[in-house]
Amino acid sequence: MLLLYLPILVVVVFSFNANTTRTATMTFTGFSLQWYKNLFDPISGFGVHLVTSLEVAFWSVLFSCVMGTIGAVGLLHRKKQKSLSGRSLERFINFGEQAAMLPIMIPELIMGIALLALFSFLRLPMGKITLVIAHTSFCIPYILITVKSRLSTLDPSIEEAARDLGASPIRAFLTVTLPLAAPAVLSGCLLAFAMSMDDFVISFFVNGAETTTLPLKVYSSVKVGVTPQVNALCTVMLGAAFLLVAMGQLLSSARGKEKKI
Amino acid sequence: MTDKQPLLSLRSLSKSYETQEALRGVDLDVYAGEFLTLLGPSGCGKTTTLRLIAGLETPDGGEVYLEGKNITNLPPEKREVNTVFQNYALFPHMNVQKNIAYGLRMRGVDKKTIDEKVNHMLSLVQLEGYGKRMPSQLSGGQRQRVAIARSAVLEPKILLLDEPLGALDLQLRRQMQIELKNMQKRLGITFIYITHDQEEALNMSDRIALMREGKFVQIDTPHTLYERPSTVFAATFIGETNLLKGVVSSIEEDELMLDVDGASVPAKTVDWVIPGQKVNLCIRAERLHYSRKQKACQTLSGVMRGSRYTGSVRTAILELTNGQTLISRRTTEGDEDIASGEPVCIWWDTDTACLVRDDGEEQA
Repeated sequence: MLLLYLPILVVVVFSFNANTTRTATMTFTGFSLQWYKNLFDPISGFGVHLVTSLEVAFWSVLFSCVMGTIGAVGLLHRKKQKSLSGRSLERFINFGEQAAMLPIMIPELIMGIALLALFSFLRLPMGKITLVIAHTSFCIPYILITVKSRLSTLDPSIEEAARDLGASPIRAFLTVTLPLAAPAVLSGCLLAFAMSMDDFVISFFVNGAETTTLPLKVYSSVKVGVTPQVNALCTVMLGAAFLLVAMGQLLSSARGKEKKI
Repeated sequence: MTDKQPLLSLRSLSKSYETQEALRGVDLDVYAGEFLTLLGPSGCGKTTTLRLIAGLETPDGGEVYLEGKNITNLPPEKREVNTVFQNYALFPHMNVQKNIAYGLRMRGVDKKTIDEKVNHMLSLVQLEGYGKRMPSQLSGGQRQRVAIARSAVLEPKILLLDEPLGALDLQLRRQMQIELKNMQKRLGITFIYITHDQEEALNMSDRIALMREGKFVQIDTPHTLYERPSTVFAATFIGETNLLKGVVSSIEEDELMLDVDGASVPAKTVDWVIPGQKVNLCIRAERLHYSRKQKACQTLSGVMRGSRYTGSVRTAILELTNGQTLISRRTTEGDEDIASGEPVCIWWDTDTACLVRDDGEEQA
């Protein structure tokens, strides 16, 4: 625990440092909020990059949410149909399921290089589009996993009941399955959002000149030494991360209550 | 009933799952207004039959007719039958009112009519004032009633119930059995009901379809099924039964004689026996009498092997001279305390016993 939280504590403490010299990260001279003010400075601040990051995260979460949810539903529905002729198909789908997890498994570095190679092969200009595509590709598994595990705990007869009561397959999905899976979709999205905001390695390969995301900016600014400004930024991001975790917890506890039925 | 057109007909319906044949070409006619029970041990194909009627499964062969129309390939939402699922399958994210209104909403019924019908339904299942509760706030019996209300509000031609009382405790079960039966009468809807509980089936049904290994063994009224089971399985699955194996020695107008390991036993004649045939004589435990042996016995003699007194009834285990044990269960009125090991005479009224066919697969 100490090992985990001590560095975080150091960052938080030094973000309030009043010392303005190069050695700001080493000696604490007084309390100040100047670095936080500095953060949002239009020229030297991180505002633009935050916006870029948020934009990329928003779109990739949106795309991966739709694709991941559809994927999860498809995977589970296929599994239920166990006809003999569907055997080879089923095997293929199991394989597909494993393949969908690949972005989590393989090293980010390789993923980044692979995407870079793909984009240059397709002659796609590096920029927001490539970033969104890249982020979507590694966000999908997170949503797929959370939604699928939620759906598999749902009683299949609930959807059958909806069909039985006169709902078409699509309406049954929209009125019954989706609302029940919604907490999982949302927590998957939060996770994906956090992953997208955090990502450095893959973004490093596929970003363009105008699309430096926040982590990339942080990296480039610490090349010249860790400034208190970065500390302040880290503290803000930490706060945001804690907030997300707390939201996720709330969601899953709400889910837990529902499960008791 | 046979001259009426059946409401629902199954024609040589079959269904297999990956490794197992669940249903092997069954035929069934269900008539309007009746309470039909599918009874059988688990895995006999009851639920499969129900799911095929509901349209939740597609058959491998055969057809389903509703009022003479072939509905075999109709999806569940287009069939005028509704299901009450075993675990109720209430929508956990909707309150009772919304659960019941769901089917009407899907049909595009206007809001005012929906409210009227839902309220009427709530009072019918005695859940007034529960409309705003969530399913998780209801007891098992209440959920069950909501599930029935949710299906019945659509006024289906047939209501399919898959062991709806399975999850309830015994007392509530008994109470719900009566309530369900009353509800069926009030609603005037045909019920097809699944259970593996023979007592429940006998209690509630107009007719019982006894199933085994994907086939119907016998479809009859509870009375006929109990009094005149057609096979060994039917005889042993329902009620407590003694089976005597014997060979037909002589056949007369209404009585025939059986040779049971040397002893001559009379039985009522049925049309399918021939002399020399091996048959089973079914005698219900509560119709088997015995008394302390005083002189030579008229029918069978045996030895008392122990008995249990349980207030209203006494259950006795009697051993025949050929080693077979029989169970007798009779009221304790005029009860005679016979010690274990004492010789006894065993008899029964010939009319209460019946010959049953061997289905070749007797239960051990």
